[in-house]
Amino acid sequence: MENNSASGYWTATLGLLTKILIIWFVVSFGAGILFAPALNSISLGGYPLGFWFAHQGSIYIFIALIFYYAKKMGDIDRQFDVHEE
Amino acid sequence: MDLQTITYLVVGASFALYIGIAIWARAGSTSEFYAAGGSVHPITNGMATAADWMSAASFISMAGLIANMGYGGGLFLMGWTGGYVLLAMLLAPYLRKFGKFTVPQFIGDRFYSKTASTVAVVCLLTASLTYIIGQMTGVGVAFSRFLGVSSETGIYIGMAIVFMYAVFGGMKGITYTQVAQYIVLIAAYLVPAIFISLQLTGNPLPQLGLGSAISGTDTSLLAKLDLVVKDLGFDQYTTSMPGSMLNMFMYTLSLMIGTAGLPHVIMRFFTVPTVKDARSSAGWALVFIALLYTTAPAVAAMAKLNLHATVNQAVGLETAPSGNLVVNPEKVTANADLYATESSLQYEQRPDWMKRWEKTGLLKFEDKNGDGRIQYYNDKTKSAEAKAKAEAAGWKGNELTVNADIMVMANPEIALLPNWVIALVAAGGLAAALSTAAGLLMAISSAVSHDLVKGVFNPNISDKNELLAGKISMAVAIVIAGYLGLNPPGFAAGTVALAFGIAASSLFPAIMMGIFSKKMNKEGAIAGMLAGLFVTLFYVFAHKGIFFIKGTDFADMIGGPNSFFGITPEAFGAVGAMVNFLVAIVVDKVTKEPPEHIQHMVEAVRIPRGSKLVDGAH
Repeated sequence: MENNSASGYWTATLGLLTKILIIWFVVSFGAGILFAPALNSISLGGYPLGFWFAHQGSIYIFIALIFYYAKKMGDIDRQFDVHEE
Repeated sequence: MDLQTITYLVVGASFALYIGIAIWARAGSTSEFYAAGGSVHPITNGMATAADWMSAASFISMAGLIANMGYGGGLFLMGWTGGYVLLAMLLAPYLRKFGKFTVPQFIGDRFYSKTASTVAVVCLLTASLTYIIGQMTGVGVAFSRFLGVSSETGIYIGMAIVFMYAVFGGMKGITYTQVAQYIVLIAAYLVPAIFISLQLTGNPLPQLGLGSAISGTDTSLLAKLDLVVKDLGFDQYTTSMPGSMLNMFMYTLSLMIGTAGLPHVIMRFFTVPTVKDARSSAGWALVFIALLYTTAPAVAAMAKLNLHATVNQAVGLETAPSGNLVVNPEKVTANADLYATESSLQYEQRPDWMKRWEKTGLLKFEDKNGDGRIQYYNDKTKSAEAKAKAEAAGWKGNELTVNADIMVMANPEIALLPNWVIALVAAGGLAAALSTAAGLLMAISSAVSHDLVKGVFNPNISDKNELLAGKISMAVAIVIAGYLGLNPPGFAAGTVALAFGIAASSLFPAIMMGIFSKKMNKEGAIAGMLAGLFVTLFYVFAHKGIFFIKGTDFADMIGGPNSFFGITPEAFGAVGAMVNFLVAIVVDKVTKEPPEHIQHMVEAVRIPRGSKLVDGAH
């Protein structure tokens, strides 16, 4: 593998990680904690929204994030031809 | 059949199953003992990781703490799940590619230093032992209640059983045993939750039930709960938070980083066949964990409502002729006076479950105003309205205390569910505590035998003697944990949170920098780990006693409890991790960069191609 594509691969990986970590932070620390009091004025069924993010929503989003990551990393692996044989 | 007999039967059957599997899968070679030959499917591995992960803290303790804390309990929910995102993206695939057995081995190789690996062993042992103390406490609580023995005897029985299958089965035994344990524990958690959700809201899914209206009314369950607890002087359920927002933030962060730094969880990802599987394994693990974690807040809120309804008729639930606790829609919407004399339950008419738990001493009634009725409210409330109402009603203080750790165990009893459900919960609680303790013991044993004895003291040790050293270290760890478990530093979940802080502050930063910073050298990593571990232990020991020995705490010397910006010791791991990162980066800058071949190794670890199964040779 050329050095060029190695650094390209790593840049693409870090880009994906950054994107996912931002969402990870926003749903848990953002919606679940920092902005929870504000979001509580909106309700989702019987749930106040901030409470829902802290007790339910962030967990569902975490799962989606990991599977999205696994899929996207697979794409990046193939794009730079470093996937497992 | 009476409850005691059914409990013996169900718990006995589940144990026979685990031990049977352990014997069936008895490990042969060293590599199978530690890493199950690298042949475990991602879904299987996910389930086993979930069982490993969900300990007495998650199963027995967490929902009770959420019931107490309300909204703030979300820190456990987010903290203990969000870490999997970090684990899946930052550590698991790279450690799998690295292709060795243990965390100290990675740290020792990456930082080309036996000192680094020894420091990692020390961090690992500190975190794992603290964690097991919490498990042993949980085992003791579960056994004492359901097998009718004292909590000391419960711990001794637990020690013997954990020792048996951890020592004779090895990791492979544990992997399949843990799949069985997962199934038992998740069934035990979901069945009562579904029953109770149906009773209260008519919705069989607790996750939706929690956001629904109470059956036959337009009043949402959470709104009703808020109303009841506020009227009784407690903090509003959906907004109450223990401590400051900063503390909740740091507590959540500590648990997340700690999740990704706990060696017994990381070790799981050495056992999947490929790097690709390591990525999705974390996702599957989280799916299986989320089944319990999204149910827990429903269990918490519903158990709390049921408890209030049991001791206060005005809440609007009543005991049906069938024996179940059912909703009376008119009473629920009427919001009758909680302070009316006849609303409070007469002590003589208390349900059987209260009598059973009174015997354990974890539930207590004290008739302060001598009226023969149970008044359960917050007598230390800041609400002037609640204070005035209580005074007018002639209430002389709260008369009922309920230990948070019993909420889940008592939950099916409070809802008056059938005996087999109660027995199943006992089996689930034990499965949770024992599976995690066994996984931790594996991590401890491999750290001592593989990383310390073989890696540092005696590289020529034979396979057989290495296995023996592992088994001896397990036995020693069980004895120490059992001893400290007799005298634990807090509730099961609180003790476990401390273990997370220790892992967060010591191991996670070192592993992460080892992968993401090519230039990080051994001096930086070692200094970082030591600094992180030291400040965290210092703060924790200041509050909880040196090595958790009672009476040796010194919080007053550092300015009183929680003196660091109001952060509690359980939340301090995040601070320790920051110290670790900072010290490592500064030391790294003033010392020389790592040798060329190490930088190449880091590059190789970053790409999936060329991964091979973990084998015994190294």
